[in-house]
Amino acid sequence: MSARIEPVVGRYAHLDLEGRPHRVYFEEAGQGIPLLCLHTAGSDGRQFRAVLNDPAITRHFRVVAFDMPWHGKSSPPAGWEKGDYELTTTRYTGMIMTVARELGLERPVVMGCSIGGRIVLDLAFKHARELRALIGLQSSAFGTRYYDPYWLNHAEVHGGQACGAVAYGLMSPLSPEAERWETVWHYMQGGPGVFSGDLHFYQVEGDIRACLGEIDTSVCPLYLLTGEYDYSASPADTQAAAAKIQGAKVTIMKGLGHFPMSENPDAFLGHLRPVLEDIRTAARGAS
Amino acid sequence: MIDKLPDLVNADSAIVRWGRHLNATFLVEVGEVQYLLTVRAGRIESVEQGPLVMRAWSFAIRASADAWSRFWRKVPEPGWSDLFALLRRGDVRFEGDQRVLMAYLLYLKLVLAAPRKLAA
Repeated sequence: MSARIEPVVGRYAHLDLEGRPHRVYFEEAGQGIPLLCLHTAGSDGRQFRAVLNDPAITRHFRVVAFDMPWHGKSSPPAGWEKGDYELTTTRYTGMIMTVARELGLERPVVMGCSIGGRIVLDLAFKHARELRALIGLQSSAFGTRYYDPYWLNHAEVHGGQACGAVAYGLMSPLSPEAERWETVWHYMQGGPGVFSGDLHFYQVEGDIRACLGEIDTSVCPLYLLTGEYDYSASPADTQAAAAKIQGAKVTIMKGLGHFPMSENPDAFLGHLRPVLEDIRTAARGAS
Repeated sequence: MIDKLPDLVNADSAIVRWGRHLNATFLVEVGEVQYLLTVRAGRIESVEQGPLVMRAWSFAIRASADAWSRFWRKVPEPGWSDLFALLRRGDVRFEGDQRVLMAYLLYLKLVLAAPRKLAA
């Protein structure tokens, strides 16, 4: 055998979400502090391929990236064909806490990007004591619609190509071509209406602004890392949220866009490793 | 820059392929200057510079000369790197048949960014 085999293992978990059985795909690598990764709207856990493959991280962290139901290799629940998919704050937060519990992740670090960067703010507000630390990538507390996702799920528009086109532009022109187009490919593989269903949370329902002042980062540290080329969750959007959260630590990542972990893995890991080291040092100090 | 698009696009199969089913005429405005582009199977068949009188088009993409010049830099600054970046900042307007525009969004993004290849 001569193929290079990654140390990443993918498995399926059966669990109930909102009282309905689900088959959820997750990948994991490493041992130690659990690090649960949340992919962006309309994509899947492959975005975290570099984090899962980084020995400097997996030496000390059990990295877990799951595909949300409807995304990647996770199935939608039975009966999906009868209605539209729509993500909400309650549904999203409930899903993350259930997955963490059912996979036996004890006081995990949760790291999410875009919609995941939004929901970590809700987790910081509602579940700080159950979590070790939170890392928001491309975090914003709210976003207004500047394009109509109606066209992303329309029989006369190729959804894969349209969703891919939206994702394409959100990346930095300085990120490596191959990684950018890999990121676009994930978007092109999304199911019909899934990206726009996630955008219901991102552009309509998921408004975390009122909770920001209540977040206690002394209970659960909060790190916010944002790529400068993102115009969906821009550095200004992250800084506006952080200004209302005492103790939030902001890093603006030069030359990166909306999908830092996927569009430019090497540059992103350079920003992530010190954050994880910080979290590990704090964990050692506490034990 | 718009007049350079036939040479920039038609020679680049990596762009043409995304528009292979597009047969349409659309308008691009660079400030006050109008350009009518006709696409056949992803190739830019013609670019007509205005003023145009009573011409029909499927959709229009309008931005100021300054916005386009920032968009066409070799490496645009953050906030100017993509058509949708201009859309979010309110510096581009999409008019007409949005379905066609969205169906060929990837093609249009690549076509309209092609002048970056000529930037110093």
